[in-house]
Amino acid sequence: MEMQMKCADRNLLLEFSGELDHHGARNALWEVEQAIDAALPKKLVLDLGGVTFMDSSGIALILRAQQRMQLLDGGLLVCNVPPQAKRVLDAAGIGRLVTIR
Amino acid sequence: MKTKAQNEVLMEFPSRSSNEGFARAAVACFAAQMDPTMNELEDIKTAVSEAVTNAIVHAYPDAIGKVMVKARICPGNVLEVTVKDHGCGIPDVDKAREPMFTTGGEERSGMGFTIMESFMDRLQVRSVPGRGTSVTMKKKLAPRANAGR
Repeated sequence: MEMQMKCADRNLLLEFSGELDHHGARNALWEVEQAIDAALPKKLVLDLGGVTFMDSSGIALILRAQQRMQLLDGGLLVCNVPPQAKRVLDAAGIGRLVTIR
Repeated sequence: MKTKAQNEVLMEFPSRSSNEGFARAAVACFAAQMDPTMNELEDIKTAVSEAVTNAIVHAYPDAIGKVMVKARICPGNVLEVTVKDHGCGIPDVDKAREPMFTTGGEERSGMGFTIMESFMDRLQVRSVPGRGTSVTMKKKLAPRANAGR
């Protein structure tokens, strides 16, 4: 699991690649919080384009990011979701809670 | 009643999170002989990942214990996967299966069983507090033109 960070104009883009499972998400969860706290973004984009596998650990990460952004009164967008990860999000009904594009 | 398997594999490994990827890949490799579609293979990997993660996170919260994974190919092109541990057990299985219920803190979403149910055809959870948990999942794979060679 790797995370690339880009920040401009209080827009924070986090790009994930690799396997987003419990093992991979442990550090990612902490890194996402650090990135949000440092950038205090108005808008956070989680780009899952490089994710080769995701399970419910990815849901925990997305919901955690969502909570953090709500505290900052900011928005969250999840984008470039690969088909396997999309089925995981759909099975959990996450589309009702988070904007996915 | 237990159906006779056409082929089966048994794995045992310590409850380290680095084995999550190994377990789902190994089961997917074993299931490959059933000629699954890419979607079926991904469904199996996802469900195995959830069950094994549960054993690693919840069965042995403060220690390293053994996790057993058994995969069987049953008549009718059915894959059966059992993930078993000798950990702390689940006091209330029905409660644990409810969506969003978790005792795993912010690291966990509480959606593991929901995903196993949605990605497999059948899910059976047996647990005895203090003794361990056994999760058995079944999935019937779509018949393929060249199946049964």
